[in-house]
Amino acid sequence: MAKRIDVKDLNLFYGKFHAVDGVSLAVPPRSVTAFIGPSGCGKSTVLRSLNRMHEVAPGARVEGKVLLDGEDIYASSIDPVQVRRTIGMVFQRPNPFPTMSIRDNVVAGLKLAGVKNKKKLDEVAERSLRGANLWNEVKDRLDRPGGGLSGGQQQRLCIARAIAVQPDVLLMDEPCSALDPISTLAIEDLITELKKEYTIVIVTHNMQQAARVSDQTAFFNLLGVGQPGRLIEVDDTEKIFSNPSQKATEDYISGRFG
Amino acid sequence: MTTTQTADLNRLATPPTFQSVSTARKIKNGVATALVYLAFLIAVVPLVWVLYTVIQRGFPVILDIDWWQKSLSGLLSRQQGGGVYHAIYGTLVQGLVCGLISVPIGLFVAVYLVEYGGRSKLAKATTFMVDILTGVPSIVAALFIYSLWITTFGFGRSGFAVSLALVLLMVPVIVRTTEEMLKIVPDELREASYALGVPKWKTIVKIVIPTALSGILTGVMLALARVMGETAPVLVLAAYAPFINYNLFDGPMASLPLLMTAERNNPTQAGFERIWGAAITLVLIITLFNLLATVISRWLAPKTK
Repeated sequence: MAKRIDVKDLNLFYGKFHAVDGVSLAVPPRSVTAFIGPSGCGKSTVLRSLNRMHEVAPGARVEGKVLLDGEDIYASSIDPVQVRRTIGMVFQRPNPFPTMSIRDNVVAGLKLAGVKNKKKLDEVAERSLRGANLWNEVKDRLDRPGGGLSGGQQQRLCIARAIAVQPDVLLMDEPCSALDPISTLAIEDLITELKKEYTIVIVTHNMQQAARVSDQTAFFNLLGVGQPGRLIEVDDTEKIFSNPSQKATEDYISGRFG
Repeated sequence: MTTTQTADLNRLATPPTFQSVSTARKIKNGVATALVYLAFLIAVVPLVWVLYTVIQRGFPVILDIDWWQKSLSGLLSRQQGGGVYHAIYGTLVQGLVCGLISVPIGLFVAVYLVEYGGRSKLAKATTFMVDILTGVPSIVAALFIYSLWITTFGFGRSGFAVSLALVLLMVPVIVRTTEEMLKIVPDELREASYALGVPKWKTIVKIVIPTALSGILTGVMLALARVMGETAPVLVLAAYAPFINYNLFDGPMASLPLLMTAERNNPTQAGFERIWGAAITLVLIITLFNLLATVISRWLAPKTK
């Protein structure tokens, strides 16, 4: 069920502002691809365009193609709602639904899609929480509000919520940036687990994290203020961190940036 | 190390960093404190006074069980006894019908403004009109309904005409409060819902509105409490009746503010008692609505425990 993503000549705009210029890359199934680069270089924007979340912002526009197993998700006949059901997303800040219990948060996607069978929902809740390494911590308080958990637990709850709808791809937008090192480690272990079943793309500012969890790394950069962000290079993580082919990548990774 | 430190401390080579508070600052502080307390007293004394007067004069009247169960039908103006059941009924029904019409309209307008309107011209024009409507005096709303509903359409004066005028006063208040409540729902929740493959309308109905519901309902309750005390619409749009009229659409219908203005022409002890009894009854009803708003908002508010 994990699928591959091919991005072809993707240009992204916010109104008149050209945010990302000409990105092409391939994400193989059952692997982790990390997006790194300085703030404002467009890596989050590219990530959000992979499940059509980019266009939620007013005035946002997309040119180019994003193929999911060969199918263009931007084709005019495609329903963005279905795209997002197939390609899940975890956000920078944990955002459980405040009005829902832990269990309802996990199965929110199914419930809102009309699934009513309580037995099935309970099964999915347990499977997803186990998948997100959270089951043992919350199994006795599934009816408590999700907002009462710690930050790291909330983020794993959000991951459980995202995998409960069984997407083909999981996008993660700096999922650990609001978490302490121990919670971060838990999430990283989880990512390594999840890549057995999912195609994962993760945006991170933490280069050690990119080196630890990803198989492939894409480095984004921008040439100057007001200029669009570009993909500088994408390669095996080992190669990017040991012997990158572009000087800008090496400078960024070794901290000699700017 | 220790010895040099002790020597330095004893010598006091530099002036001390901290000094005691100067006299000028103490005086300023005293004056400011006095002013703040004075302002507080000026604000609170009339409130307490009003409440005291209403309770002192009205409370004995409402202790009689008849007050809550009977109308003033068949009583002479100087005769004591009877009750204001007819006016309580009128106030509640006119208010609730107004709420039934206003809440859906206000809610949909606010949802449009926050979720769909964005910065479009229609949204801007709507916001502008809502702002103007918020400031419209109740007598203007009443006269507008009079000229539209009664003069133009030819309907008679009735409780329903009052409800319509109250709608004009209530809708902008509900739009405003609902808009504010929807705005403070974080966009992250909307995005989280979209990312699960939930359509926008369902995100609004199942995620955004439930998250803001406690605030929205508080706003509705407070707006209801406010319009139920409005006097101008009932004076203009409904004739007073001392008897019970269950028909909102036809005939004279009493309400508490209307009963109070009608009894002002009654110089007897009975009239005096009815005015103050009606006053405390109205205050009690509004307090009850406010309490209800607090309870509902506590009950519905997102919890963390």
